[in-house]
Amino acid sequence: MKTLVWVEHDGSAVKDATLAAVTAASKLGEVHLLVAGKGVDAVAQEAAKIAGVGKVHVADDDAFAHTLAENVAPLIVELMGHHDAFVAPATTSAKNIAPRVAALLDVMQISEVLSVEGEDTFTRPIYAGNAIATVQTSDAKKVLTVRTTAFEKAAAEGGSGAVEAVASTGDKGLSTYESSEIAKSARPELASAKIIVSGGRALQNGENFTKLIEPLADKLGAGVGASRAAVDAGFVPNDYQVGQTGKIVAPEVYIAVGISGAIQHLAGMKDSKTIIAINKDEDAPIFQVADLGLVGDLFKVVPELTEKL
Amino acid sequence: MKVLVPVKRVLDYNVKPRVKADGTGVDLANVKMSMNPFDEIAVEEAIRLKEKGVATEIVVVSIGEQKAQETLRTALAMGADRAILVTAEDRVEPLGVAKILKAIADEEQPQLVILGKQAIDDDNNQTGQMLAGLLGWGQGTFASKVEVSGDSVTVTREVDGGLETDKFKLPAIVTTDLRLNEPRYASLPNIMKAKSKPLATKTAADYGVDVAPRVKTLKVVEPGKRQAGVKVADVDELVMKLKAMGIAK
Repeated sequence: MKTLVWVEHDGSAVKDATLAAVTAASKLGEVHLLVAGKGVDAVAQEAAKIAGVGKVHVADDDAFAHTLAENVAPLIVELMGHHDAFVAPATTSAKNIAPRVAALLDVMQISEVLSVEGEDTFTRPIYAGNAIATVQTSDAKKVLTVRTTAFEKAAAEGGSGAVEAVASTGDKGLSTYESSEIAKSARPELASAKIIVSGGRALQNGENFTKLIEPLADKLGAGVGASRAAVDAGFVPNDYQVGQTGKIVAPEVYIAVGISGAIQHLAGMKDSKTIIAINKDEDAPIFQVADLGLVGDLFKVVPELTEKL
Repeated sequence: MKVLVPVKRVLDYNVKPRVKADGTGVDLANVKMSMNPFDEIAVEEAIRLKEKGVATEIVVVSIGEQKAQETLRTALAMGADRAILVTAEDRVEPLGVAKILKAIADEEQPQLVILGKQAIDDDNNQTGQMLAGLLGWGQGTFASKVEVSGDSVTVTREVDGGLETDKFKLPAIVTTDLRLNEPRYASLPNIMKAKSKPLATKTAADYGVDVAPRVKTLKVVEPGKRQAGVKVADVDELVMKLKAMGIAK
């Protein structure tokens, strides 16, 4: 089977999510990549080095600069003429594009794949991860998005894919990019952080986030996350949110501070390797999933921990 | 302009899903069912557009069993004008749903279709994008702000890392994210009034659409459970354990 993997990038570098999708695709067959964007030579060269990659298709055009689904989907549909499966990491850009591709190919997409059980059989979470379904598709061509935390990352070096330019399918004139507000931070991104320190509603306000959570995160070189309650209360911006409706993370170490452990939060972090919980309520559900728990007042415990580390 | 809002009847978001012992799925017998929360947000957004004088008529659609009628009545009580129920005995997949909705859109000619970004049962996150693809329209997905002006709609979208604002030519698709709005509750007088609002019942065959499933569910299981670990007495013990695990130096 020939697969086409969507390369997630920021215009200058390949994002880690791509590497997980490459691993998933390699279980199906030959791995080809698609780099779409404007001025993406460097990304294509980097992508070609990913271990196990055959061809790297590069579509360099203004129409693809902001990965608008209306312009990118027809490009993928064209390339799917000679590929059997489209595999994308379940990022917001791929989640936007892949179903449009699937509909244009008359294929039912399989979303958020957790494992590849065979060439037509996959597992995926339903009901916010409260159940895992094994599904089998009868479609000849496959369209998949994969849960990036469920697959090992392919090695970023060691491959020597052939870079090949593909013709643009043009601007469909349906949509235009206006602007974006992307948070800039010196801390690691949640998706790729090895350690994450997250705060909950118990922090009481945004200032306490800055005063307590951030110093602890910086001491550990960690990314900073939050529960939905903390985001809804306005302590931190939306993109901090870990959970069913936010980001799904699986770092080596997840430290939950003042987070009770609602189902919706657990759905986003329960696959972390080690979970550490600090909460003053000893009956908080977070302790049922934590490897290490400390019952105590976070306003005392967190500064002490930061100091002693 | 006319706004079309598809809604789905799902297990209520407060109910913990239970996997059936025979592994065929999640038990939906005798449990509370409600409108998919993202779809409630879609209905609310349509009503707000009508209150602003942008939308003139709101048509809600549901595809599913006869009982989905209750979900449509809820949308009518919130403020939608009329409803279409497309009955289906079996589960209809997002691709099938999108095909039925395309047929309805061809007939109704809405300028905007607002959908929830995903249903909280199957968590597919596909229908809006598929419908946009089939219609050849733009798709403002994961919306946290929607502004219609002239012949376009500007949508602020929740993306990895922050927000992105894109502009789409009308007619267009919008899918809702959680922070777009807070849906209203239907008042008692409006619930009473909703009972007399028009509700048409159709079948997939009426639209000439084949909705045979492409994906078979082989089994459904509970996810692996994590074991609870140990509680430490104080910060010193925590630091010691972190050092022993190689997390702290």
